[in-house]
Amino acid sequence: MPKKTAYQAKIEHIQILDEQGKLDAALNKGGLGDEDAVFLYEQMTVSRTYDEIAFKLQRSGRMGTYPQNKGQEAGPGGIGLAVLHRGKKDWLVPCYRENLALFLNGLPMEKILLHWMGDERGNQIPEGVHILPISIPIGTHPLHACGLAFAEKYRKTGRAAVTFFGDGATSEGDFHEACNFASAMKLPVVFFCQNNFWAISVPRAIQTGSETIAQKGLAYGMPCFQIDGNDIFASYKVGKDALELAVEESRPVFIEAITYRLGDHTTADDARRYRDSAELESWQKKDPLIRTRKYLESKKLWNDKKQADLEARAKKLTEEVVRKAEGIEKPGIDDIFDYTFAELNDELRTQKRTLRTASLAQHPEQERLSR
Amino acid sequence: MTTAPSIPTLPIIDSPIHPALTNVSLPSFVDEHELPSREGSRVIQFREALREAMSEEMRRDPRIFLMGEEVAQYNGAYKVSQGMLDEFGPQRIIDSPISENGFAGLGIGAAMYGLRPIIEFMSWSFSLVAADQILNNAPKMLYMSGGQWGCPIVFRGNNGAGGQLGSTHSWCVEALYSNVPGLKIAIPSCPYDAKGLLKTAIRDPDPVFFLESERMLGDKAHVPEEEYYIPFGRAALRREGSDCTIVSFGRPVNFCLEAAAELANEGISVDVLDMRTVRPLDSAAIVRSIQKTGRVVVVDQCWPFASVASEVITQVVEKCFDYLDHQPLRVNTDDVPTPYAKTLEQEYLPHKRKIIEAVRSAVGKA
Repeated sequence: MPKKTAYQAKIEHIQILDEQGKLDAALNKGGLGDEDAVFLYEQMTVSRTYDEIAFKLQRSGRMGTYPQNKGQEAGPGGIGLAVLHRGKKDWLVPCYRENLALFLNGLPMEKILLHWMGDERGNQIPEGVHILPISIPIGTHPLHACGLAFAEKYRKTGRAAVTFFGDGATSEGDFHEACNFASAMKLPVVFFCQNNFWAISVPRAIQTGSETIAQKGLAYGMPCFQIDGNDIFASYKVGKDALELAVEESRPVFIEAITYRLGDHTTADDARRYRDSAELESWQKKDPLIRTRKYLESKKLWNDKKQADLEARAKKLTEEVVRKAEGIEKPGIDDIFDYTFAELNDELRTQKRTLRTASLAQHPEQERLSR
Repeated sequence: MTTAPSIPTLPIIDSPIHPALTNVSLPSFVDEHELPSREGSRVIQFREALREAMSEEMRRDPRIFLMGEEVAQYNGAYKVSQGMLDEFGPQRIIDSPISENGFAGLGIGAAMYGLRPIIEFMSWSFSLVAADQILNNAPKMLYMSGGQWGCPIVFRGNNGAGGQLGSTHSWCVEALYSNVPGLKIAIPSCPYDAKGLLKTAIRDPDPVFFLESERMLGDKAHVPEEEYYIPFGRAALRREGSDCTIVSFGRPVNFCLEAAAELANEGISVDVLDMRTVRPLDSAAIVRSIQKTGRVVVVDQCWPFASVASEVITQVVEKCFDYLDHQPLRVNTDDVPTPYAKTLEQEYLPHKRKIIEAVRSAVGKA
């Protein structure tokens, strides 16, 4: 009996703008226009400035911890702009290295700072902004994206959900259950993996035996793409196509964005202890800001004067955001208790009033009796 | 500088079928004596009472859906959802892959956006693989978003020894899970309460863990046809006495009632308190009863160490120490994995003989 091929697949790697700033116009057909490229370049620069200032805030004791987004602006920026342009207010379900996608879609910039300063109000998302709070546990939130996509499908709104996670998250069970659910239930979810090669100190090679992360989506019957994650054109174009595919065919789509974490995992980490400096230097050359600027300059859309002007404005804007975040009154003591339940129960209400250990606070009668 | 276009402010829930997330639609509760009569001729099974509760609420509220393993085509592994697929269709009665963490997490996402999921665990034993979603996400979402993202979701299924299901499938999760703030745990002991408590659970704005027992699904009793809601955190006095207070919840309440009947023959009369919910816990009802009896035995189908019984006794000591005439006692399952053999499993449970012995000891007639 001749053997038959039961299944065969390949993963395409898509790069539209290379490290030298050279654009493949044919691949970019229907993709990001030059005006939007300028816009994204400016936004990435703002995001980078924000990142640097947030890092300094932490180092000077003004913030608890902070995970730098440095070097990973292009992936979230490209698909974030695709979401914005689609105009359907698709959901964004982030982990913590997608600041730009969130800013582009209406999250006030001070919210992220507030969050990392330890204020839960940073997770209060303005009404009408379809973004979930930052998810710190690794890989638990893609399931929530499935739930949102399910809810939107249930309500027939034509919205999709885009969820972001790192290469490390793809080793978690929740991730696989989310992929399986989205596929089995035909949910419009775009899984966007930022493969930055490092899960804190765990390298990509230890994370999985798969040749690509993208192929993990194949097992769940998803169209899968691998893109250069430092390329705004690839992220925008593939992101846009993925969103359309997800919604029109009501199915999940998988995107692996190859990028690199130029900073530490968080401010609590020091990557120099485990990462080769030569590796870091090789990726610094692939920085999305450098190549985008090269492209824009080659098209005479950018020059040193504009750059100086942008940097000044980005710094000013970010400093305003910091002032805003730091100017917000610190959370009151009531916030310890409020929001545990939709309505505070008697025990918590008493404790909120007295601030004594529950054993005393709840039982004034006992306290009196034992005196 | 170009900035992202401003987005018009719209309510979070901007679909016609969904009122705002904050629109908490708790029923107005009535006092115990105003609930419909527990006596009557309409006798149905525990599982039918659960089904009736879900179906009534689903007819009222299009946001509610039921998801779990085998709930639709197969009519439920334990036939709780029998016929519901026919009535509500595959959009709302949904068979899921075998993926507890998956449907728990999906339900949470849907609840955060205003749907009202009922997630069925075939057994709460299987919820252990969904621990991060049900313990680390659902009950913290409201808190971690400064009150913005609620999670009105019901997780329900069989809890406790089901009759020779072995160690891994006989979990009582109330001890483990009740440690976590932000969630509620209801655990009915009879068909009447099953309906009234489940309806309340579905209307509740917080995540509710609803613990049923496979051993009770076939129990029959009168369940009123009318709609009624039993409030959380209010215990029911199942039997009235003066010598000792027995505190229990879920299936063991029935063991307590058997023990109480036998103790009555010995001249020992007891209060049997059915807590109905362990979170919130009606400790005031326990204190009231102990002020009368001076003695307490807590009967709990969890393991003894750090159990709900431990918590009840701690609260008793904190709140009415001076009323106690005997140290509080508890009857738990034995502190071993659930045995597989029928006879051993029976002995392992907090059964009638153990309860009787504990009460006799408490009243000094051991």
